[in-house]
Amino acid sequence: MLGKLTWAAVPFDQPIPLIAAAAVGIILLGVMGWIVAKGHLPYLWREWITSVDHKRIGIMYCLLAAVMLLRGFADALMMRSQQALAYNAPGYLPPDHYNQIFSAHGTLMIFFVSMPFVIGLMNFAMPLQLGIRDVAFPTLNSVSFWLTATGALLVNISLVVGEFARTGWLPYPPLSEMTYSPGVGVDYYLWALQISGVGTLMSGVNLVTTILKIHAPGMTYLRMPMFCWTSLASNLLIVAAFPILTATLAMLMLDRYLGFHFFTNEAGGNPMMFMNLIWAWGHPEVYILVLPVFGVFSEVVSTFSQKPLFGYRSMVLATMVIFVLAFSVWLHHFFTMGAGGDVNAIFGILSMIIAVPTGVKVFNWLFTMYGGRVIFDTPMMWAVGFMVTFVIGGMTGVLLAVPPADFVLHNSLFLVAHFHNVVIGGVLFGAFAGYTYWFPKAFGFRLDERLGKAAFWCWLVGFYVAFMPLYIVGLQGMTRRMQHYDVAAWRPWLLLAAVGALVILAGIVLQVAQLVVSIRNRESLRDVTGDPWNGRSLEWATSSPPPDFNFAVLPVVTGEEAYWSMKERAREQVQAKQEEPAYAEIEMPRNSPTGFICAFFATIFGFAMIWYIWWMAIAALVCSFATFVVFAWRNRTEYVITAEEVARIDRAHRAVQDRAYAAMQAAQ
Amino acid sequence: MMNKVWRRALARKPGWAARCGVLAAAGLALAACQPAVLDPVGPVAAQERTILFDSMLIMLAIVGPTILATLGFAWWFRASNPRAFYLPNFAHSGRIELVTWGIPLLTITLLGGVAWIGSHQLDPAQPLNSKMPPLNVQVVSLDWKWLFIYPEQHVAAVNQLVIMAGQPVRFQLTSASVMNSFFVPQLGSMLYNMNGMSGELNLQADQPGTYWGLSTHFSGDGFSDMHFEVRALDAPGFNAWVDEARKDGPALNAATYTELAKQSIKDPPSTFRDADPELYGRIVNQEIPPAPGPTESGGGQAGQAAKNGGRGAAQTAAADPAICTTGER
Repeated sequence: MLGKLTWAAVPFDQPIPLIAAAAVGIILLGVMGWIVAKGHLPYLWREWITSVDHKRIGIMYCLLAAVMLLRGFADALMMRSQQALAYNAPGYLPPDHYNQIFSAHGTLMIFFVSMPFVIGLMNFAMPLQLGIRDVAFPTLNSVSFWLTATGALLVNISLVVGEFARTGWLPYPPLSEMTYSPGVGVDYYLWALQISGVGTLMSGVNLVTTILKIHAPGMTYLRMPMFCWTSLASNLLIVAAFPILTATLAMLMLDRYLGFHFFTNEAGGNPMMFMNLIWAWGHPEVYILVLPVFGVFSEVVSTFSQKPLFGYRSMVLATMVIFVLAFSVWLHHFFTMGAGGDVNAIFGILSMIIAVPTGVKVFNWLFTMYGGRVIFDTPMMWAVGFMVTFVIGGMTGVLLAVPPADFVLHNSLFLVAHFHNVVIGGVLFGAFAGYTYWFPKAFGFRLDERLGKAAFWCWLVGFYVAFMPLYIVGLQGMTRRMQHYDVAAWRPWLLLAAVGALVILAGIVLQVAQLVVSIRNRESLRDVTGDPWNGRSLEWATSSPPPDFNFAVLPVVTGEEAYWSMKERAREQVQAKQEEPAYAEIEMPRNSPTGFICAFFATIFGFAMIWYIWWMAIAALVCSFATFVVFAWRNRTEYVITAEEVARIDRAHRAVQDRAYAAMQAAQ
Repeated sequence: MMNKVWRRALARKPGWAARCGVLAAAGLALAACQPAVLDPVGPVAAQERTILFDSMLIMLAIVGPTILATLGFAWWFRASNPRAFYLPNFAHSGRIELVTWGIPLLTITLLGGVAWIGSHQLDPAQPLNSKMPPLNVQVVSLDWKWLFIYPEQHVAAVNQLVIMAGQPVRFQLTSASVMNSFFVPQLGSMLYNMNGMSGELNLQADQPGTYWGLSTHFSGDGFSDMHFEVRALDAPGFNAWVDEARKDGPALNAATYTELAKQSIKDPPSTFRDADPELYGRIVNQEIPPAPGPTESGGGQAGQAAKNGGRGAAQTAAADPAICTTGER
């Protein structure tokens, strides 16, 4: 009846996951209880859960990422403390638990922190920057988000029911095959990623279509803000690379569920093929994550230097070169497999070549600051912190691309330090920069600057204290994923790294405090004009938060930096008041619970497949499909906002904007 | 021409480049204590260290100034500095862009040369230059221990590798079950151990001594204990060790190997006499099937296996009192 699922699946004998799960459960129940008691549930359902508004979905993506960051960081603290204690000692986490923790940490941080964070930022900001009202397929967008949430939920369920994978964040066979991993851990991993992968792929299709097909009048490709370009490249990579992941994991599933032999030791299976395939997805994935934040930094550096982005066309070219090269370097993840001199050398050199367009980007940010008037608000602090940190990570990355150097550093903590250097120093710093930069646009008030800067310094210092020692122990021969060790020389560095993790913890606490304090002081932090940073692209042309329809009248774009040139024109005009446009009614997509319901059944389906509860899996799959059919048969897809309503909302914003323009003129 | 210069630079012992490297990367020099990648005792590791330092130097030449310029520009062009000029429309300069594309390209050209020549010279399968014929050692990674077979000496050892200092060693590597990676940091290059495949790796220890080796590819619950001692002895010492190993201990054949291949953790170093020289080939060809993994496998009780996946290993271990179990640690 319940497949493999019995009471034995709950780890009653392991206090750590049980207490953690209980704490999370109590917090969740508390929040839910509070929502229901306060009568917020209908609001939440109407305005958020069923919302197909790209802004709301973007915010929910970022929220998911933030919550999962807390979980992933808790794993990181456990790993650092285990390694700090486990010198000539077993530590407090036995291998079977420790191995789950590092696997879950990697899986969460890549798939459920970095991915939703950048997808959330793209969802939120990109349509606003393009000057349009929504993405191409709004309901699909909601489905994508909720399927991603399903994946995150399944990973977290594994904490209490059963176990998570003990194979690392990429489940290399044959270790991940049934013979060597008979438990449900790998199945949790596979189903969580398959389901959320569908969401990611659909999100990629959606955003690519949006960028290629929907623009404000005059918004040609070479007038798009840099963030739109990097989003385009990133989503093209999603569309091209995620099917590889899906196919690869599907083959591993066939091995595990139906006794196929794609990657087994026996019967002609080939584990090396898994490594090739998974990295044919995995390396583009790195650029899927980092390209959008390159875009964020381009926006931030230009805005806060009060200058246009230096070398815009160069940047576009560099972005597209990275996009193309991303698919040609996967082999550098296994130089030590023994492929031979020619193969290793070619992939080594190709990997280095990616450093060229990346270097161009860094230089262009540098020359954006040159001759600027740099304002050090929090987003700019993240940007400068990123530029310094990221080039160090880039340098160690190119070092690892030299095959003979990789022969002694592969899989070492030097490698671990390198990819944290680029993922934290690049993706995460960029996500935080974007979060601070666009927060006022999303909610109508700024985040507290003082706490924001304090958090930045903790993250920056914490990062260096936590990861520079790992470079050193890597050079001392320490390999990754060790549950205990007996080499005295490593110990002091690992203790230092644990201290660094605590400093990062302080940064995270400050970020939470920043959010709470900013919400409490929101009146004094209010952004009335919709343009708190003196921005240059179209998202700052509308109010904060923007109305459902984003723009009352689609803006007409006449050059790069669309909003900046509008402000320039307003500044030159004698009278500040803008001419009122002719308002027309606007059709907007209706909210739909399709995404939530689909994901609900997908969660049940995934859980049932993990535990071999076949009847439940079939039922959930049928229900999920039925949800789609019901949605497909809908006959009302849009609702109308009347011209009067649009005019009323827009006039209020224009009045404020006019006053701001007048103030600018007076200042001149 | 270029080729020749590089070849010479790489062939040289860790001379000027290494020394400059140490100076340039003073922080890294701190790391030069045992057992370290930066403290080589063999020709492979020494050349790899040279490449490491050379590459680092080439990149520091560009990365260092970039970091300084970032901090410098950010500081000088701060909004509150009245002495800094303001160019609100400066967004393009052909000359600067030539430099921004040119400098990384040049750097990569240099490094690409290092990578190309290094990959070929230090290809693990490349035999080492030596007057002595190499010692053949066949390495089988097991769950979770190392088996070293000496096909010419007809002996084998578990969790200890004994070689002769000054003599090249030709390793052949395979795995009994899951992937592992054979690595002795002070000797240089690592290589994957994979079931059904045989890799080739050539290393050499220049001086007698005891070095430390490990698996660098995660292989399951006993992974952290998958390390071993490498003893590089002088010729008489090595021959004495071989004679000793030939005398006692069990014989290594398909039957004893199959027993050995069962999961266990922290096996003390031991030796086998009468090692079957054909055994390695039979493992690679899968005439001997891959090792079984956890003995209590999934099936109907997978829920239980899931709950404490470590228990599979623990129970194997419980049958053998010599083995330290994961469960109890």
